Amino acid sequence: MTTSHSLAAERLTLGYGDRTVVDSLDLVVPPGRVTAVVGANACGKSTLLRSMSRLLAPREGRVVLDGKEVHRLPAKELARTLGLLPQSPVAPEGITVADLVGRGRHPHQGLFARWNEKDDEAVAAALDATDTAALADRSVDELSGGQRQRVWIAMALAQQTDLLLLDEPTTYLDASHQVEVLDLLTDLNRARGTTIVMVLHDLNLAARYADHIVALAQGRLHAAGTPQEVLTEDTVRTVFGLESHIIEDPVSGRPLMLPIGRHHVRPRAGATTARTPAEEAHR
Amino acid sequence: MSAHVVTRPSTVEAVARGRVRRASRRRLVVLALAVLVVAGFVVSLMFGQTFYPFDDVLRVVFGEQVPGASFTVGRLRLPRAVLAVVAGFSFGLAGVTFQTMLRNPLASPDVIGISSGASAAAAIAIVSFSLGETTVSAVAIAAGLGVALLVYFLAFKDGVVGTRLILIGIGISAMLDSVISYVMSQAAEWDFQEAMRWLTGSLNGTTWDQVVPAALALAVLAPLLLSQRRNLAALQLGDDTASALGVRVERTRVTVIVAAVGLIAFATAACGPIAFVAFLSGPIAARIVGPGTSLLVPAGLVGSLLVLVADFTGQYAFGTRYPVGVVTGVLGAPYLIHLIIRTNRAGGSL
Repeated sequence: MTTSHSLAAERLTLGYGDRTVVDSLDLVVPPGRVTAVVGANACGKSTLLRSMSRLLAPREGRVVLDGKEVHRLPAKELARTLGLLPQSPVAPEGITVADLVGRGRHPHQGLFARWNEKDDEAVAAALDATDTAALADRSVDELSGGQRQRVWIAMALAQQTDLLLLDEPTTYLDASHQVEVLDLLTDLNRARGTTIVMVLHDLNLAARYADHIVALAQGRLHAAGTPQEVLTEDTVRTVFGLESHIIEDPVSGRPLMLPIGRHHVRPRAGATTARTPAEEAHR
Repeated sequence: MSAHVVTRPSTVEAVARGRVRRASRRRLVVLALAVLVVAGFVVSLMFGQTFYPFDDVLRVVFGEQVPGASFTVGRLRLPRAVLAVVAGFSFGLAGVTFQTMLRNPLASPDVIGISSGASAAAAIAIVSFSLGETTVSAVAIAAGLGVALLVYFLAFKDGVVGTRLILIGIGISAMLDSVISYVMSQAAEWDFQEAMRWLTGSLNGTTWDQVVPAALALAVLAPLLLSQRRNLAALQLGDDTASALGVRVERTRVTVIVAAVGLIAFATAACGPIAFVAFLSGPIAARIVGPGTSLLVPAGLVGSLLVLVADFTGQYAFGTRYPVGVVTGVLGAPYLIHLIIRTNRAGGSL
């Protein structure tokens, strides 16, 4: 259904002001798959996503889509192939769900071209895919966090791009809504072959839902590959500075990361763990 | 939740129905407003100290000589009414453009100092240097753009935050108003009418020389702004989202600011900064049109209607004749207070 597009970063260096955030990064996004970008706070995940969608010009290197440099493509042409859902989009006061989703049609409309049936169909398809058709006439202001996020995804879907970039689509959502949104993205990927790249905070959700994981550490690529390849105790230590224990997720069979902090850790057989004076006193 | 691979026909129908409903409501509102503007225009030509029947007015408008009416209607009332429509439309259109772009109803050019800047420049050019209409317009535009830039740069600190821009704009506006007062007090012939014109806006003694530049500016700049309405709608979703939708954000912003400031400056050079018309028109239009569609034309029409009605009221409703800006000021001030109180309650950050 979807033609596959190649998206890659080549020796990409990004920054704001004097600060370098991403440092000569090489990255290939596997077409038709779900990619998760993970890393500690301020490691350059969002910056990378913004640059891949032309929002931030590279200092050095380039982002290449189908052999063409993204920053040289006409804005609307790019917006018909590649969509981005930023971390905190703004909904105008009082706007209805249908109207907001309709704004996703912008790159398909000319200066004077009128709204046509194709636009209606695209909006309807986006509403149906995200299960928000029943909300179409409601005001976005009155929706719950989970509903609102689905509506924003619907707007990005109405754009009908083969590539979709999402910056932390599950932030501010409770556990069930997080799973709901990630299921929806998986549906899209499977039904239409949409290539998905998303920044995720939660390593375990990334391992569960992504085909391909890209781990960044201090603006550099630390590891890229399948969840099994990337999610190791070594990676977690380098990327997050966290000790961990990786087991097989009994639900999905994918890796599951269990963090090891200073507290509430059962001494493993043979291992000696430091005890606090309070614990010492209770012995 | 499951993704429906096939779109249900009922959803397509519902989407189309909703769109048609909103579009027809908007068309109806625009039509009704246009009819009201035409009615207000005709009434303000007919009524006054002397009443002239509709027939006479029509004949004068089409260039016939009618004893009495030709002077009163043709020379006094007609330019005044035309300027009311033109300036009102310019203020309304420019105001709603700023409010939409900065996503804040307080961010209208008459609140953030742009109108005061144009007005101060025009006052200095006319009162202190006795310059001609064209030069005055040019000076007013330069000052309007200058103030816009100044407010923008003073508000700039790791990006521009709406609240900071508005507060700085209000401060600059107050400073410029005192500049106008000073210029007026230094003028050789102290003239109350002239002073009122530059402080709150007035249509008194309007001549065609004042109307023509403002009308030409509207004819050029309004289509330019209207061509940007889809980009503006995308900008409302935030810069990043707009960019992702294929909008050239910076180019759109510059085009829109220059066009809107131009409208404000030309209209202000003709009749002063008619108080609060730019500020009020957008929110009134939003109330009647409903959210989601472009407010540019409805807000322009509301602006025209506001100025026509306010001018008529100011001239004939009271014992004394008040300039139009006094009437719109009385209307606008309570709304400004209401907005500030409401936003204060909502979260404290303006």
